[in-house]
Order: sequence, then structure tokens, then C-alpha cells
Amino acid sequence: MTLLSIENLAVHFHTRAGQMRAVDGISFSVDQGEILAIVGESGSGKSVACYSLLNLIPQPPGKIESGTALFEGRDLLSMQPDILRRIRGNEIGIIFQDPMTSLNPYLTVGEQLIEPLLYHRNLNRQQALKRAVKMLDEVGIADPETRIHSYPHEFSGGMRQRVMIAMAMIAEPKLLICDEPTTALDVTIQAQILSLIKALQKRRNIAVIFISHDLAVVAGLADRVAVMKEGRIVETGPVNDIFQKPRSDYTRTLLASIPSGSKSHPPQPSDQPLLQIDRLTTCFADNSGGWLSRQKADKKAVNEVSLTIQRGEILGLVGESGSGKSTLGRSILQLVPVTRGSVIFDGTDLVGLRQKRMTPLRRRMQMIFQDPYASLNPRMTVFDCLAEPLLYHGLATRKTVTAQVLALMDDVGLARTAIRKYPHEFSGGQRQRIAIGRAIATKPELIIADEPVSALDVTIQAQILALILALVEKHNLTMLFISHDLSVVRYIADRIAVMHRGELVEMAETESLFVNPQHVYSRKLLSAIPTPTTAQT
Amino acid sequence: MLRFILSRLLQAIPVLLVVITVTFLLVRCAPGGPFSAEKAVPPEVVRALEAQYRLDQPIWQQYLSYLGDLAQGEFGPSFRYPGRSVNELIAGGLPITAELAFYAMLVAILIGVCAGVIAALRPNTPQDYLPMSAAMLGICMPSFLMGPLLVLVFGIWLEWLPVSGWGELAGDKVLPAITLGTGYAAYIARLSRGGMLEVMSQDYIRTARAKGLPERVVVLKHALRGGLIPVVAFLGPAFAGLLSGSFVVETIFQIPGLGRFYVQAAFNRDYTMILGTTVFFATLIVLFNLLADIIAVWINPKMRHQLSRSR
Repeated sequence: MTLLSIENLAVHFHTRAGQMRAVDGISFSVDQGEILAIVGESGSGKSVACYSLLNLIPQPPGKIESGTALFEGRDLLSMQPDILRRIRGNEIGIIFQDPMTSLNPYLTVGEQLIEPLLYHRNLNRQQALKRAVKMLDEVGIADPETRIHSYPHEFSGGMRQRVMIAMAMIAEPKLLICDEPTTALDVTIQAQILSLIKALQKRRNIAVIFISHDLAVVAGLADRVAVMKEGRIVETGPVNDIFQKPRSDYTRTLLASIPSGSKSHPPQPSDQPLLQIDRLTTCFADNSGGWLSRQKADKKAVNEVSLTIQRGEILGLVGESGSGKSTLGRSILQLVPVTRGSVIFDGTDLVGLRQKRMTPLRRRMQMIFQDPYASLNPRMTVFDCLAEPLLYHGLATRKTVTAQVLALMDDVGLARTAIRKYPHEFSGGQRQRIAIGRAIATKPELIIADEPVSALDVTIQAQILALILALVEKHNLTMLFISHDLSVVRYIADRIAVMHRGELVEMAETESLFVNPQHVYSRKLLSAIPTPTTAQT
Repeated sequence: MLRFILSRLLQAIPVLLVVITVTFLLVRCAPGGPFSAEKAVPPEVVRALEAQYRLDQPIWQQYLSYLGDLAQGEFGPSFRYPGRSVNELIAGGLPITAELAFYAMLVAILIGVCAGVIAALRPNTPQDYLPMSAAMLGICMPSFLMGPLLVLVFGIWLEWLPVSGWGELAGDKVLPAITLGTGYAAYIARLSRGGMLEVMSQDYIRTARAKGLPERVVVLKHALRGGLIPVVAFLGPAFAGLLSGSFVVETIFQIPGLGRFYVQAAFNRDYTMILGTTVFFATLIVLFNLLADIIAVWINPKMRHQLSRSR
């Protein structure tokens, strides 16, 4: 039975730059008890489409131009705001992407949980709190009677997302909209949250719209999939059809972009170590005890890590958030003060090296950061950004610098005409190309890439990974590739190091790690990876 | 929490020392003295007076003995009100000024928060422009202009309210409180608009709406707390500012508050009175800032949590 049926929905954004057709006439339906996944890259309009059903898009600049959305026969789009309000959170629940910001930090989770019951079910506080405790228990929060009085900041990201789910489900909606509910979470937590959503859906036989950019996540979850691109639905079908016989070119591109398998060429054996790390430890003052607490316990972000990177090798470094992998990368470059241990780069110990001797070495090691939006200076053009390291390290003169910048732009696949443009004029993928160009400008030997593709869409991610591989080969680079995404690391790395709570728990050749993980944590991590092949049969 | 308060109080000591020293020196640099009057006073009388008030000693000695007095909470005798100590004068004027400042604060918060919140709910519409333009006007208009204007309109033309005095006629406290409060109301309006605008764009406001809460609950329960944090942080300095800045209003409306003593003291070169009031106001500013910080921590559960664990 059809629960929600959407016909010809169009949502446009009217901005100074002109009209943007975020959703451009889409139609789809969701049956009772069905999980429909809407898949698309950022900006494809998938979230806007679902938010506009509940009148949650900011208006202006957004405007619903046309369409109907029949929910049990009533049109959500033409409904009086007050009647729609009674459907929100009552008959349609919604879970948002970022659990860290989606809960009110000033109210206890109990206070926030009971609100749908107070306003839709007319329960009193006592009854509502009782139900809320039960609901918290159902979503897997231990000791719910106590935890219900906690504030959101006292929960971890995964636990907050459980609270969000409880909040969306507490009024027993018939439809649950999940907007990228696991994108902000670690892979092991993601697996837990996905199975929780699935279990709740089964138990209550509700309909779910699951919005995601990640086909692999959708594969193991959805009954049907709708693929969106630039405001339109390009393909809809049962999950198996989408994965096995995709009809549209775009779906095929998406599927092909999922990093799978490992590097085609075997690593060249090299026995010249470029970087040797010995029992490296980096501590941070633990401020969780309050700003004034005297007993500042030092938190070991990186604990006694030893590893060696050979020349020409790509070493993948994987771990979940808080495992210390980024801190390790920064410790190697001496961007954070190292507590103990040594970092020997081409025969020189970098720990405690004076500024004067460090500067020439800095040229030989560079870093690429995760967020190309935040890591480029918005007031510097591409030229400024790429010329700066060349001039600073004396690798170019005023006369030659333009030619060198243009050559760099060719290298990273940026059009030469873009040389005077500012970062905001580029897409995320192009910005990451600028960042990579800046990193290789000084002809470094070692590059530390900290989650360089995590902020990118899957098709762009595939392009950037290909670019990185080509550059590594061309310039004979050595790379420490930090990522939380095991499929990406498998695709790019020769060897993989696994970090867990600041310690290096396993290090192995890429394939042998995937085939035969030794450490219990590595096994847990690998089993949590969603893969397109786990699609239901 | 206790340690936080203690450390803040300790930090205040050097601040106050600098204030005392600078004021002490500045006052002495000003030409004239407490006993230089138009009519000629015999030199031996002046000498006797100077000796009585220790003015014949070297300046550093005066400074040290003043510090010694201060440490005992003693502001010294007034030079121009013979027989009365500065402590007495402050104690006499303070309750009136404090009452005035309190009413002005109420006016400021009521008008300011309402205007700011209303403006923030529909940004860049007339509902936003109108109160914000009024706020701009309120900031720009000094109280020595606002006061007489209000007096003219409500006191003389409409004859609704008395135009001067304090606690003598019914309603004579209304105009001073409004005059003093308006400027602060304008600041508070701008602060609460900014705070509310930021909070209203947060993800958790979208969550609250997605739960189907009435807009009234979304604004008052979910947004107001976070949105008013900048206002709360401003209240401490604002209250201290109201206390110390009340002299214009007190002069306009003939209110026998602390501010008038302060101004007169400056004209009269009443050294101890100037110093005493300055130190007193400086202490108040420090204390109210601390109070505002404590309230800001108390509102924010995350900071409350951190502090309570450090106890």
C-alpha cells in the first residue's frame, strides 16, 4: 500500500546569483513497510526534496514551485502550516546527519525526547518520561533511567545518533526520513546504527526514506533505490537491479567510482627507508577536568608508535576518529610538540630540531588536508597559493614563477585559465587539486595526506585518488595516506597501518591485511565496512 | 566553581592597583587643589588644612598611606564635606543610584530583548529594520539629549509625569529610568538579535521544528537560552556602567545619587572622594563582570559540567 506519493515536486532557490533548481520535477512513492533509498552526490537535491515535504527548508530563498505529496491521501504541500505541524514528529519522523549539532545543547535529552509526546499525544510529563526511558532502552542506551537526565555533550556521536533515532521514533511515526544518518560517524558505529534502523523498521513495519551519498551503505539496507542527479531522479528500481543492471549512465559512473579492490601494480620492493619513527609519543593536556583542575592528566594521543616508510611507498594509516592518526601525521611534521621518541627523516631526527635547520627540511615534506574549503586562504588566488611556496623556498624567481605555476596546474589537472581565480570559484574537487598542487610545488619527497578525499563526492573522490596515484608515480613521492575509509586505503596504499586509541595495533601489506587481519580490532573494523556486494538477494 | 571565583577575585587585585595608581597620579596632575578657592585664604590656614589631610607629605608617602587605609576598607575623609568620610557619602548616595540603575536595567532588558527577538524572527524585513533602526537611534542619542526630550514631551507637553526629584512625587522615577535605560536597551536589542539569528540557524532548531513543536515553543524554549548568552555576558558590565554612568541622568533630574557626588568631587578636587568613588566603581565593575561570567556558565550545561568536575 502506498504511504507517500510524490508527483512532480519542484523546489527552487531564488538567490542574487539567480534561480537554482534544487529539485526539478521529481516523482516517487514509498510503500508501507518499505525502505526507499535516495542516492545522489552533494547538491543533487535529495535532502531538499525530503525537507520540503515537511516545510523544513528555509523560505525564502527556497520556494516550492509545484507538485503534490500525498501522505495517506492528504497533500503535505498544500496543507495549512498548523495541520502540517501536527504531522511532523508525529506521523513523519526525521533523523539528521550530524548528531553533534542536531540536539539542543541546553536541554537534557529527556526534555527533548518527550516533546513529541507532550505536543502530539497530550501525555503528561510523568507518562512521557516513562515512555522516553523505554525508547532509550530500545535504541540501545545503557542505564536509560540515569542517562535521560544527561545533556547531549555527555554522549558520544554514536550515542547521540541513537538519541536522535529515539526522538524521531517516540511518537510512533508511519514514515521515518533518515538524512545521511551515518555520514558523520565512524565505520563501526555506522554499522551499529544501520542495523538499529533496520531492526526498528522491521519491528514496527514502518516506511523509511534513507538519504545517502554512499551506495555501499544503501546496498545492505534498502528495498528500492532512487538515484538523483542535479535535481532529477535518473533511475529508480529494486536495489538489486540498481547494482546489477543499472540502466542510466550516471548510476554506472557512481558504481564505478566506489573504490574497490587494491592497487593494480604491486609495490616495487624498496629497502631505502625515508622515514623512521621510533616510539613516538604525543600527549595533550587533558582539559576535560576543567580549566582549573590541577591534576591535568596527560592524554596520550599517540602512544609509542614505531613505523618505517620506504621511499616510493604509499603507507595507508587507518583508524576511527580519536585514534590519533591525524596527530601522528602532524607529529611527524613537527606541527604539534612531540613528547617522546624520534622521527628520523632521511637520516635527520626532526624531534627538537631548531627552526633554522627545520625550514629547509620543510620543503621536502608537505601536507594535504581534509577540508579543501577550510585549508585554502579565501583571499589568495590560485597563482598566489601555488607561487608562495615556490618563492619562499627559493625554487622560482619572479621571472620563472608564472611558468612554474602553470606547469603545476597542468600537473594537477586545473585549467590554465583559472590562474587568477579565488578558491570560492571552484568546486570541492578542484579545490583539493589546488591543495595538492600546493603540496607538490616544492618537489617534496614525503607527503602526508590527512583524509584528502573524505569531504568529496564519490565520483570526485575517484578522480582525486587517480590523480594522487599518478603524481606519486610521476614524481616518485612517498606518502602517508591517512583515512578512516578502508576501501579508499585499500585502493591506494601499498601497506596499511591500523591505529586504535593512540596505538599502532597492526601493520601489514594491503592485501594480507584484508585477507587475513591479525588483530581483533582490525577484524572488527574490516567487518564493519559496507560493501555493494552485500546487497540482499 | 569556588576555585574559579577565587582566581578571578585574585586577578582583580592588580587591576584595581593599576586603577588606584593611575587615578591617584592623574588627580594630582590636575591644576588646582581642594583648598584653592576664589577668596583668599590665609597661607597658615591652608598649611594647617594640608597638614590635617597629610597633603604636606611627599606624594609617595601619601600614596602608601592611602593604600594602607584602603586595605582596611577606609576611603578617608572628604576634603570638601568636612567631618564626613567618603565611606559615608558613598553609602548615602549608593542606594539611590543602585535603585535607578536597577529600574534602568529592567527597562533595558525588557525593551532590548523583545525588540531583538522580534527582529531576529524575520531578518531583513520591516519587522527587523524597524526595531533595529530604533536601536541605532537609541545608541546614537546621548542621555543628556534623551532626558530633556523626554521631559519636554511627557513632563511639559503631556504633563503625564513629574520632571525631577526622586521618590517625592508618584512616577518621578519613570523618566530617569527610561532615559538611563534606553541606550542599554539598544545595545541589548542588537546583541539579542545577533545571538538569536545565530541560534535560529542551528541544526537543533531544525530538529525542534521537525518534531512538530509550535513556533512559540521553538523560539522560547529551544532558541532563547542560547540566543541570550551574549546578552547575559553584557549584563555585568552594563549594570556597572549604569551605576557609574548615572551622573548625567542624576544631574538632569536632580537626583541625589552617587553620580552627582562624583562629578562635584571632580570639580572640587576632592581627592579622596574622587579616588574613593573610582575605586568603588572599579570594584563594582570587576564584581559584576564576574557575576555575569558565573551566570553564563550556569546557563551553559557543558561549561557547568566542566566546572563542577574541577571542584
